[in-house]
Amino acid sequence: LGAEHRLATAPQLDSCRASARNLAMSGYDRAITVFSPDGHLFQVEYALEAVRKGTTTVGVRGKDCVILAVEKRATPKLQDPRTIRKILTVDNDIALAFAGLNADARVLVDKTRIECQSYRLNVEDNPTVDYVARFIARTQQKYTHRGGVRPFGISTLLGGFNTDGVPELYQTDPAGTYYAWKATAIGKNSKSVVDFLEKKYVEDLEEGPALRLALKALLEVTEASGKNIEVVIVRKSGLGWMTEDELDPLLKELDDTADKISKLKETK
Amino acid sequence: QESGLKIRYPLSHTKTMAFATMDLSFLSDPGVFAKGQHAEDDDARGDLQMARSIDIQSFPLAPVSSPYTFCEDVRKHGNAPGLMDFKHGTTTLGFVFKHGIIIAVDSRASMGSYIGSQTVKKVIEINSFLLGTMAGGAADCSFWERHLARLCRMHELRTKERISVAAASKLLANIFFQYKGQGLSCGTMVAGWDKKGPSLYMVDDSGERFKGERFSVGSGSPFAYGVLDSAYDRNMSVEDAVELGRR
Repeated sequence: LGAEHRLATAPQLDSCRASARNLAMSGYDRAITVFSPDGHLFQVEYALEAVRKGTTTVGVRGKDCVILAVEKRATPKLQDPRTIRKILTVDNDIALAFAGLNADARVLVDKTRIECQSYRLNVEDNPTVDYVARFIARTQQKYTHRGGVRPFGISTLLGGFNTDGVPELYQTDPAGTYYAWKATAIGKNSKSVVDFLEKKYVEDLEEGPALRLALKALLEVTEASGKNIEVVIVRKSGLGWMTEDELDPLLKELDDTADKISKLKETK
Repeated sequence: QESGLKIRYPLSHTKTMAFATMDLSFLSDPGVFAKGQHAEDDDARGDLQMARSIDIQSFPLAPVSSPYTFCEDVRKHGNAPGLMDFKHGTTTLGFVFKHGIIIAVDSRASMGSYIGSQTVKKVIEINSFLLGTMAGGAADCSFWERHLARLCRMHELRTKERISVAAASKLLANIFFQYKGQGLSCGTMVAGWDKKGPSLYMVDDSGERFKGERFSVGSGSPFAYGVLDSAYDRNMSVEDAVELGRR
């Protein structure tokens, strides 16, 4: 009965959690290599939960760019903000944003960077985003397959260009699956962000509109401040980080628009 | 099956080797050679590791303390003169011109003055857009180029894209480098078309790999270079190019 009155969480998730609790009590969630009787790998699902608690990350694929925007947690006063990097370079022209456990991301990204360099050495060419996504997914899957290890508690968004000059956006998750997306979001409140993107996404966006779409989507669930948001624009020529000075005015503008709309609704 | 390849040395021959600290357990347990092929990590191997899927453990190395210098040591030892003098007798050549690549090879297989066959195919079709030539040891060339064909096909299946000639030749060169010093004898040209157009690479058993416009490999190569260099022109027609190759 209580489930009817809950607004934020999806009812399916609650029933899933309830059944998970029941089954967990029988111990199917302890060992990662053990399936539960109804076909769940609980450790993998718990890893997905960890991802759902991570900072919101948005990716939008435009006509000739990929925008990755992440929410940065407020840095404590005494912490050096330069050491907090949420969007990482995996290869010259491939950027990775993640949601989930920071430490797991660091380790996985390091493995990926080594793999990209090995690929360059052996194949004499840039690795495609598809190849990197497949590698990350394969690595994440490997850790769901054996005893004594736990899955990586991160989902990643990869942005880059393939050899034909077409931009690509890929997502990987702790289960080891990978998908190509036109636009998506992971992390906290990602469902509302994805809903927003589904309504507002248009094919073949230019860089400006794509950036605005990504930021507007992120602003649905985040505070509008240059200190809170990190943005990377992946172009054919390489990666471009947006500075706080570039971001702040843009965020302010986008934020105002949202307020105006809500004001209009109130007057009606 | 790769693990089925065995190199047998007569026992009396190995016993006289001064440097041998041999592990002859393989005589009673040939299964020792099959290991390494089926590690649990097999299906989790990445694309790059696939290239080394013929594990060094699964090929029986010479049961001596230093397999990597085996051939040199046998020669130096002097106990079996001529055993390691593999005989070759091939001429292969290839050149890139405006319309593509011409590969020309002879078709004789010889062992010294003995002619094994006059109708050997020394051009190996790695796939429909990659060719490899054979010079040196016939078994080495044909086996490893067929292995390369397998790797190229896996690359296509995994990435849904044809492999580049640079990558294919690099895979082969890395394999040869891994077996460097162990007696492989193979001078091959990898030629093909990819996104960058026609490319020709010369790969050799020491792991060397060069990209170039004109190559000739084999015992007849100095003669071939002479003819090739004098008449080569990048803009020649297909007929002229074929004629030059034949000459």
